[in-house]
Amino acid sequence: MTEAARDAHLAQLNVATLRYPLDDPRIAPFVEMLDPVNAAADGAPGFVWRLVGDGSGDATGLRPAGDDVIVNLTVWESQEALWDFTYRSGHLEVMRGRRDWFARHVEAHLVLWWVPAGHIPTVAEALDRLAHLRTHGPSPRAFTFASAHTPAEAAAHEAAPQVAAGGTPAP
Amino acid sequence: MKDIDAIAALQDPVRRRLYEYVAAQGREVGRNEAAEAAGVARTLAAHHLDRLTEAGLLVSGSRRLTGRTGPGAGRPAKVYTRAPAERSVSLPARDYRTAAELLAEAAEEAGLDAGLCAAARRRGEALRGGAPPVGGLDEAREVLAGRGYEPHEEDAGDGAARTVRMRNCPFHAVAERFPPLVCGMNLALLEGLLGADGPVRTRMDARPGECCVVVEASKNKDD
Repeated sequence: MTEAARDAHLAQLNVATLRYPLDDPRIAPFVEMLDPVNAAADGAPGFVWRLVGDGSGDATGLRPAGDDVIVNLTVWESQEALWDFTYRSGHLEVMRGRRDWFARHVEAHLVLWWVPAGHIPTVAEALDRLAHLRTHGPSPRAFTFASAHTPAEAAAHEAAPQVAAGGTPAP
Repeated sequence: MKDIDAIAALQDPVRRRLYEYVAAQGREVGRNEAAEAAGVARTLAAHHLDRLTEAGLLVSGSRRLTGRTGPGAGRPAKVYTRAPAERSVSLPARDYRTAAELLAEAAEEAGLDAGLCAAARRRGEALRGGAPPVGGLDEAREVLAGRGYEPHEEDAGDGAARTVRMRNCPFHAVAERFPPLVCGMNLALLEGLLGADGPVRTRMDARPGECCVVVEASKNKDD
């Protein structure tokens, strides 16, 4: 394993546009699952960090991407750990109800990228990665489960000169 | 090895029994245990288990079966588990998997979860063929086994309610690519197949490496 791979963690942002306010009864099943599913995340193998609002157990009060858009920003030790939690835990039940609670996104609503272990991504950084994915499609800088890249590929990509046209400069 | 050769390796009845036994355990199985289960001598079992490994149907490793370590723990034994790879043969060549993936991709993009689940529930009911909901967990296991789900009862410890879990997801490849869509479809199919208003109920309880649905006794309606 390369140095880059050993010291990299996987950051994940997903955004969801609420169909109703969080206190609407139509979205109550989602709100009821927040605490148990977040607790499961905290105890999941490979979990590193997740964004929470001040004085809150979750990030649903933060609306950095729009008044009706909730964000979920997390860091994991590996892509497998994140995948297993997302799709092979109680979180899958949240995903299954997504059509009832969230508007359908035409653009990408989930982005993955590698961060140095110990780095806590900011919301601005996360939204920048999502914007990059939406503009340029998947790359080692911003990718998805279906088109994943390794930490080594990301490191090589960051080291290479950025493509001029529309390329976001590396941090 | 080609899929058709791998499948041909199962034609031998002893080999087939060994494969089915190892696959059903969902854990590493030693040669002695497999030989005993298949009712053959250990050396014959070892030969066939290694042939199955060569064919890519099993994977082998070595482990100290005693659970002890250090000096005196004994030599590590060869153990076998089912290989994760999927094998299929169709003559003439047909490619339903690509079709399934493309249809799932289109359904995902269009947000067609509800329609897909409704169709799956209807299909499950049609497969049940007008019969009443299954009468209990044992009958549910039979029905699920018949559809390739490899059900087994989970030993959840003392006092816990009986729960049937499934080792095999018949939609594995597509479920891995479109989990909420395809797992939701599978749940709806099983609800239709087993019946939603009977003494057993299905619910989603996903965990790594297994089907995401569990079957258990229905509780009170207000539960």
